[in-house]
Amino acid sequence: MDNDILIEARGLSRRYGLTIAVSGLDLSLRKGEILGLLGPNGAGKSTTMKMLAGVLAPSGGSVRINGIAIADEPKQAKRHLGYLPEQPPVYPELTVDEYLRYCAGLHGVPRGARAAAVARAQQSCGLTEVAGRLIGNLSKGYQQRVGIAQAIIHRPAVVILDEPTVGLDPIQILEIRSLIKELGEQHSVILSSHILPEIQAVCGRVMIIDRGLVVYSEPLKAAGTESFTTVLATFRHAPMVNALGAIAGVSRFEALGRGQVRFHLADGADPREAIAQAAVGGGWGLIELRAEVRTLEEIFVSLTSGERPEPTDHPLKDAA
Amino acid sequence: MSTTLTIAGTEARRIFVSPLAWAVLAVLQAILGFIFLNVLLEYARNPGGADQYTGMSDYIGSGLYGFATILLLLIMPLLTMRLFAEERKNGSLTLLLSSPASLIEIVLGKFLGLGSFVLAALALLAVMPLTLLVGTPLDLGRIGAGLLGLGLLMASFGAAGLFVSTLTKEPTIAAVVTFGLLLLIWLFGILGHRPGLVGEVFTYLALVDHFENLRRGIFNSADIAYYLLFIVLFLWLAVLRLDIERS
Repeated sequence: MDNDILIEARGLSRRYGLTIAVSGLDLSLRKGEILGLLGPNGAGKSTTMKMLAGVLAPSGGSVRINGIAIADEPKQAKRHLGYLPEQPPVYPELTVDEYLRYCAGLHGVPRGARAAAVARAQQSCGLTEVAGRLIGNLSKGYQQRVGIAQAIIHRPAVVILDEPTVGLDPIQILEIRSLIKELGEQHSVILSSHILPEIQAVCGRVMIIDRGLVVYSEPLKAAGTESFTTVLATFRHAPMVNALGAIAGVSRFEALGRGQVRFHLADGADPREAIAQAAVGGGWGLIELRAEVRTLEEIFVSLTSGERPEPTDHPLKDAA
Repeated sequence: MSTTLTIAGTEARRIFVSPLAWAVLAVLQAILGFIFLNVLLEYARNPGGADQYTGMSDYIGSGLYGFATILLLLIMPLLTMRLFAEERKNGSLTLLLSSPASLIEIVLGKFLGLGSFVLAALALLAVMPLTLLVGTPLDLGRIGAGLLGLGLLMASFGAAGLFVSTLTKEPTIAAVVTFGLLLLIWLFGILGHRPGLVGEVFTYLALVDHFENLRRGIFNSADIAYYLLFIVLFLWLAVLRLDIERS
């Protein structure tokens, strides 16, 4: 049953008066997947997460958690859901222990199992030392951790974290990242962030939202093995054109001037080695050879800056 | 049901770990003590006022419990303003809304949690007169009716305040509006002096007039029904309001 779809959204949209915050968002997440939600400020990330968590009713579309429609059976659906909003929903006048015990009860953890659930959540989030302290006296980073502990205390199938690492110091960020990865093994996790390397480090899939529209939704390959479709090479002595075309794995190439050549690759081929060999053999004076990998940052910037990009104009597959 | 009690328990805890409730109770007790002492002194100075029809219990009913209604009108908005407005302001309302608790359970839980404060205030109001039992017999039924009336009155104030608290995210605005709303319903009694149907309707609607009977020791089920309807109405409005907010 590892392929169970734990969270599924279809045609999700939300209007605030005349403003369209989110429109036509589709999303499905299987067990063991971590999805990163990216987007500039005001793109609709938080609105999307609120709708997925059942805090906000969508204007259109539907959300199913673990196969249960959240609109029809909110009580059942929300049992499988843990949600950390932008602002950690904590009570400053309670201690960490009191608060987490309350959250366990609220999320339907049986009375006898609450103490164990609280202890486990504190352990996972590094809160054991501050268990007896008032939440209001804790630093922002610790309050954030309490918020995360609250979202995972009942071991929900789906965990939704809205900017979980905001306000944390670098070491805490690393700890929370590894916690999220750990969670991702048994649960489905959706998290949003402004920090691109964080998404790259943690998430298996990334979805970029801009002005309420999904502009990118792709699996994220592990660093270093990203696919690329072009290779850039610079030669000190520009070779003959037909010699370049003969290299295996190259579908076409374009000269960029000053000895620079961009090779477009045939599907799945990696001609870098062949290019180097040809260059050595022909005495072309190869001084640069690199694959043009699109980093997440480049994708993000090209998709979200300036005018709204038309998905069809873009070489990247559009998932919306 | 267990969700409701979980919410109520934590709500009660949050009320009593905050200094606000204790400060309010302390001020309440100081003023009630002052009034109680006055009532006692007046009775002592004019013992002829007591005969076979009026006694200490009347003094307590009219003096202490009559005055307490005004105090409660002033303090209940301070307690109810926190219920939803403060939670919305510091973002913790999301915890309840994303949890598997229905809106009815949330509202009932909050209301029952507030009940803990109502009981604490009632205890203060009960214990002071009961100390007189050491030296004099009291009409306990009458004092009990008065306390029941005050309890219902406080619960009604609480329900109205809870509803107003769902309307805003500023606790102070919730308090001011609750106070205004309660005072307005209270003042319906003025229109009650008009002749005819208008007068009758407004007399029925006015908040405190139903307390008058209980204060005098008359248990009329119509008065009890008034308060219960009042409470249910405002709790229901609160549920509706939270539902609208979601969509």
